[in-house]
Amino acid sequence: MASSAAARPSGSRKPLLALAAVLAAAPLALANNYTYEVAILVGLNALACVGLNLLIGYAGQISLGHAAFFGLGAYGSALLASRYGWPTLVSLPTAVAAVGLLAWAIGRPILRLKGHYLAMATLGFGIIVSIVLSIEDGITGGPDGMPVPPLKIAAWTLAGERTWYWLIAAALLAAVWLARNLVDSPHGRALRALHGSETAAAALGVDAARHKLFVFVLSALFAATAGALAAHYSGFITPASASFLRSIELVTMVVFGGMASTFGAIVGAAVLTTLPQLLTVLKEYEMVVLGAVLMATMIFMPRGIVPTLASALGPTLEKAFAATRGKRF
Amino acid sequence: MLTQTLLSGLTAGAIYALVALGFAIIYNASQVINFAQGEFVMIGGMTAAALVEAGVPLPLSIVISIAAATAVGLLLAKLAIEPARGASVVTLIIITIGASILLRGLATLVWDKKIHRLPAFSGETPIVLGGAAGSATLLPQVLWVLGAGAAAVALLTWFFRRTLAGKAILAVSYNPLAAELMGISVRRTLAASFALSAALGALAGVLIAPIAFTSWDSGVMLGLKGFAAAILGGLGSAAGAVAGGLALGLVEALGAGYVSSAYKDVFAFLIILAALVFLPDGLLGRRAAERV
Amino acid sequence: MIVRSLVAILGLVFALPALAQAPIRIGAFLAVTGPAAFLGDPEQKTLELYVDKLNAASGVLGRKLELVAYDSAGDAEKARSYVKRLIEQDKVDVIVGGSTTGETMAAVPLAEAAQVPFISLAGAVVIIEPVKKWVFKTPHTDRMACEKVFVDMRARGATRAALISGTGGFDRSMRAECLKVAAKHGVTIVADETYGAADTDMTAQLAKIKATPGVQAVLNAGFGQGPAIVTKNYRQLGISAPLYQSHGVASKQYVKLSGDAAEGVRLPAAALLVAETLPEADPQKKVVVGYKSDYEGRFHQEVSTFGGHAYDGLMLAVNAMQRAGSTEKAKVRDALEATRGYVGTGGVVNMSTQDHMGLDLSAFRMLEVRKGDWMLVK
Repeated sequence: MASSAAARPSGSRKPLLALAAVLAAAPLALANNYTYEVAILVGLNALACVGLNLLIGYAGQISLGHAAFFGLGAYGSALLASRYGWPTLVSLPTAVAAVGLLAWAIGRPILRLKGHYLAMATLGFGIIVSIVLSIEDGITGGPDGMPVPPLKIAAWTLAGERTWYWLIAAALLAAVWLARNLVDSPHGRALRALHGSETAAAALGVDAARHKLFVFVLSALFAATAGALAAHYSGFITPASASFLRSIELVTMVVFGGMASTFGAIVGAAVLTTLPQLLTVLKEYEMVVLGAVLMATMIFMPRGIVPTLASALGPTLEKAFAATRGKRF
Repeated sequence: MLTQTLLSGLTAGAIYALVALGFAIIYNASQVINFAQGEFVMIGGMTAAALVEAGVPLPLSIVISIAAATAVGLLLAKLAIEPARGASVVTLIIITIGASILLRGLATLVWDKKIHRLPAFSGETPIVLGGAAGSATLLPQVLWVLGAGAAAVALLTWFFRRTLAGKAILAVSYNPLAAELMGISVRRTLAASFALSAALGALAGVLIAPIAFTSWDSGVMLGLKGFAAAILGGLGSAAGAVAGGLALGLVEALGAGYVSSAYKDVFAFLIILAALVFLPDGLLGRRAAERV
Repeated sequence: MIVRSLVAILGLVFALPALAQAPIRIGAFLAVTGPAAFLGDPEQKTLELYVDKLNAASGVLGRKLELVAYDSAGDAEKARSYVKRLIEQDKVDVIVGGSTTGETMAAVPLAEAAQVPFISLAGAVVIIEPVKKWVFKTPHTDRMACEKVFVDMRARGATRAALISGTGGFDRSMRAECLKVAAKHGVTIVADETYGAADTDMTAQLAKIKATPGVQAVLNAGFGQGPAIVTKNYRQLGISAPLYQSHGVASKQYVKLSGDAAEGVRLPAAALLVAETLPEADPQKKVVVGYKSDYEGRFHQEVSTFGGHAYDGLMLAVNAMQRAGSTEKAKVRDALEATRGYVGTGGVVNMSTQDHMGLDLSAFRMLEVRKGDWMLVK
């Protein structure tokens, strides 16, 4: 796993353009507001997962509390906008930046931990955040949540599923572009070296702590942005969005889609957001089927969907597009 | 009030310790964190409750429910973990998460979504400790929990130190390849560790069902707390799991009684975070030497 | 030519009934699984039971009813998606659902924007205060529960009370309401403890309450397994002050779980729980006895007040449609608002433009647990 993460240069623009094409064409398949809503939810989850994937897949650090950043970004922007009357165009970036600062402060002590201990520390952080959001009902409206004012750019209120779809699609494209640029940069190479062997990387002069912290904060920023956007879109936010179960959902999406694969994170988010909507027709069998699907997929495709499919189809595609020189994502 | 609070902490702590032991055993044998551990607790409690409600005598129900959970543990090891042996630890964790969802879904189908209880093993009359005014009371069931917990730890210590099977599990946890070369079947060890953890979990479930009830999703929070306790105590150490469980229970109760009951879980997790920052291998964890 | 006209006319004749028989769609989103499952499960069963019954008895306005129900599992975000699905994809005529306040509040803006009448099955007062044009609710509010309990406490001479509640939405909301209205009823809250929803032992919190001087009564605002554990711990610690529970545990399950410890516990609840012992002259007698025998006959399970709220929700909607003579959403909404003297399992409903719930304090009965059964407190 370590070696496959290190051996994938991804300089090609083609996958990004392909994603843009898919996002542009998707509305043709979306029949009504409900399907748009599902697409938007996929986009929001994908945004958070792309960031989380940088942390788990490339930097090899596990976080079981990432939904806390999502929730804090959401509540931050919601509170600044509704309680203090800030324009949402200002409250959103401010909240996201504040979450980044918090991630920096938390990350410094806990990123010294390894493996399962780090997992526990992030888990603990996530739980603390979700409890505080729930208990301080005077500020946050408590477990039943609070309403969130809509996003406004000057006098224009962003409302309606279609408008939001394009906004989220643009945000996702920007996030993917950023993520892929990071992976290719010296930062990214340092990260992959760290993932392979922290001691060896340190021996080569890679500052492990600095790089890990950088990715941690970046992934928190992605999650906070997704959270704030989600809040303004649905007009409502509850502490459940920062819960332990939500954190697990995000990690599952990243691993399911394929770690160390930005597009894997998107695929994972897409599948695991739409699957429960589809399975709801099974009523009481929904949970059983969902669990079985998760298990079966991870047993038969242990590296996740995208890397497994890429390995399987890669050689075939390469032969078909002989001009493309060994570029895999 | 202090005595009562401490007793409250011990009660919860004993349960967490039993669940944490389950995590520790599986982790020892396979480096996997079994997120379905809480479900073993649930299966133990729900099976026993269903049997008792159907008229089966309590002792027999307990035995059957532990056996049932053990069977589920074996199935999980054979069908889900073994086929994915070569996969990364994160993948294995996701598999256990899938198993947790599956088992909870099955629980709602096999039983129902209601809350169930077991009758207390030896009655409900509280035992009064200490003098009249400042007296603290203890339910007899709590003594069962503490007693069974202590017995389990003692048995496990004997098992790991004195029996070949136990030593085999330890050998696998130190170095799977060397163990295999010595003729220890890693597959069988894996299955055995899951079976053992499931039995422990089911025992915990049966012990607390009289005081904390059981339902299809009662395993989630317990699993989480048991995991926290296992990490706090130092993963891979059975004594650590017990210490972590008791410590977590006590911190929660003291936080509830003396700090703020609304924030007791926050208090507990802050303590855990602080402990991890200052003791990165947990309370009793082995100072692991990393091979570079 | 004549043949073709005849065929056309015949076709029309056969098509008309098909057009007229487009079913009335009742949309529902309920917490059938998840932590609020014992709200959603009886609610779903009730809706299915009565949709079947109404269809067997020639439907409503000559049309069959069709129930489109989704499981939102107590999750507000899921509830949102499902309500969108109900409105946009399933095109329902009315929505009856929202087992918990969180899920309801997430759905409120959607119902208002799409102008679909929405009857909520959740408890918090915030659902109908401030009044929203398209949103109604059937259960008594948590504020009413607080008031009923405080009135009873005063009647027993208690003026200093302790509060203990869980961290769930229902618990926190009721706790906040109780803190707000206590002074109005002359009750001072001297202790306010919290436990986690999945906690296994509350003796630490109760020991703190026991050590607080002058506590004359204790109110546990919660639902799920927490209150049963609190009740058992309460007796274990030997606290003598009277214990009150909330309508959140108005079910036999609470009594079974708490065992002997529940003896003497009082709580406000709908008349449904004491259906058989109600006097014949009670206006609700017929409705509650009828619902109880229907539900228990079909499902072989005790009735619960939550299922009763779903019954009221469905029947109010049907009743409104019948009075409006149509399923046009605006007409149904107006008819709902004009509901007067309607007898449900929760009480006698009198809605108005300012009151979209329609129940007053008399709709709540004070019950006491005696020998494992409910007894009406006079």
